[in-house]
Amino acid sequence: MIALNRHRKLARGVSMVGVGVAQFGAFPTKTTRDIFSESIQDLLNRSEYGLNIGEIQCGYIGNFSADRFEGQAHLGSILADWIGLTPTPFTRVENGCASGGSAIREGVMAIASGLYDIVLVGGVEKMTSVPTIQAIDNLAAVADSLYEVPAGFTFPGIYALVAKAHMDRYETNLEHLMKVSIKNHHNGSLNPKAQFNMPLQDLMQQRIDWAKDKGAVIPHWNNEYEFLNDLSANPWIAWPLKLFDCAPITDGAACALLVSSDLARNFTDTPVNIIGIGQATGRPLHDAEELTSFGATRFAASQAYNMAGINANQIQLAEVHDCFTIAEIVAMEDLGFFAPGEASRALDDGRTSLNGELPINTSGGLKAKGHPVGASGVAQAAEVFLQLSGKAESRQVQKKDLEIALSQSVGGAGGTSVVTIYERG
Amino acid sequence: MPDLNKAFTSNSFYEFLRLGRLMGTKCSNCSDLSIRPRPICFKCHSQSLEWTPFIGFGSLSTYTIIAIPPTIMANRGYGRSNPYCSGIITLEEGPRVSGFISGVDCHNPNSIEVGMLLKIDFSKMWDESPTIMFIPR
Repeated sequence: MIALNRHRKLARGVSMVGVGVAQFGAFPTKTTRDIFSESIQDLLNRSEYGLNIGEIQCGYIGNFSADRFEGQAHLGSILADWIGLTPTPFTRVENGCASGGSAIREGVMAIASGLYDIVLVGGVEKMTSVPTIQAIDNLAAVADSLYEVPAGFTFPGIYALVAKAHMDRYETNLEHLMKVSIKNHHNGSLNPKAQFNMPLQDLMQQRIDWAKDKGAVIPHWNNEYEFLNDLSANPWIAWPLKLFDCAPITDGAACALLVSSDLARNFTDTPVNIIGIGQATGRPLHDAEELTSFGATRFAASQAYNMAGINANQIQLAEVHDCFTIAEIVAMEDLGFFAPGEASRALDDGRTSLNGELPINTSGGLKAKGHPVGASGVAQAAEVFLQLSGKAESRQVQKKDLEIALSQSVGGAGGTSVVTIYERG
Repeated sequence: MPDLNKAFTSNSFYEFLRLGRLMGTKCSNCSDLSIRPRPICFKCHSQSLEWTPFIGFGSLSTYTIIAIPPTIMANRGYGRSNPYCSGIITLEEGPRVSGFISGVDCHNPNSIEVGMLLKIDFSKMWDESPTIMFIPR
């Protein structure tokens, strides 16, 4: 019998030595390749020792659906050509919204196997080129097109099922969802690359100014909670989820340079080592073990923790897949940071805020930074790199001994989950 | 009597549904029941499967009211002013299924109760794209 449960280790060390992030937002004049190139330019511009991208031996690009959004398939070849890297092998990785996380995992395995020493991992999505309803249709394709979509589900709809079940089972309520949104918008306000580079207070003021300008009834909210409770400002998308529970539709790209650890110091003085990585699949929600938890995340996390030889309470910072506010709550529990049902109290106590004991989504998360689907997993890794190397500027987590961080990239409602653990090199 | 020799495909599943039958598979080896028919048992990977009828009774496990619909639902007249309910139903035989919930007050989501008893309704199924639809019983 083959020992399926033995601890999996990387055959050699893999380090992240540079990252690049394109501006996230809506850019009518930019195509997939333009946005991707912008992330490569950022990688080059941040490089300490004059990176020559001609040294890249292999590339993996997370992309969910350029074929649907832009009519462009075969992105590996298209993007390798666009940055002048042919004949280097490039492969597009598609795992729904976890495409970016999976691209990183492919890159890690390519180096650990010994086949390559210098690998580019990237992610890109250009989503605003289609009308919103078509983007909704495209995103629903992440779910089961034969047994979930015919029931009328959209993607927010499926996460709404999780939110309703979580609220029924635990003490989670609408205010906890708002706390995730407010926290991530605050963090996004400190991230110049974020689509919503402003706190909710500024968005509220924009609405007020707009109303004044148009001679419309001027809304009045005393605080963010009143704003988020106002259905004219924050309408239902899929009850019990409202607009500000949902990550936006975003154009964006991110990339990271992975190298074998023995080469890391040739590229940067502040490498970040990848010490654990796991990936798992899960069934559609109706056939999942639980409606309030994703088995794929629990399984991927267990692989990653075992590989790293650590447990959840050693994680000091995390970027999790908050495509919807409820997704962050479920992630907090599935990753083992808090017991099932306890994430809501952690939010009440501010334990995951920027200056809390376990900052989550310091980048602004998918909610405020934006969610260019295939890029999100890589953008998370980029945020971890910046935080662990002390380069996160005004959102830098102020911890003297910040060493170990985690990222989690989810496809669908737990159809795929990738968990990666990083250590300052 | 439905044709129990049909291939274990989704096409067969929806052909049964159009005939007013909710059919799934049962594994002869481990007795696992599945609404989504596949040639290999999800649980034990046996290839000894048979079609089995589900009576179409169940209870609501979780639900949502969708205000921003996909194209196919928008074309049926659903949207912000006419939202609809979709949910997960636990069938009496055990498996859960995603379904459209008809006959509930979608303008008052809290009036819909988790645990409410439902039955499948074949009468209102959309012709162009058959849907598993439930109504309160």
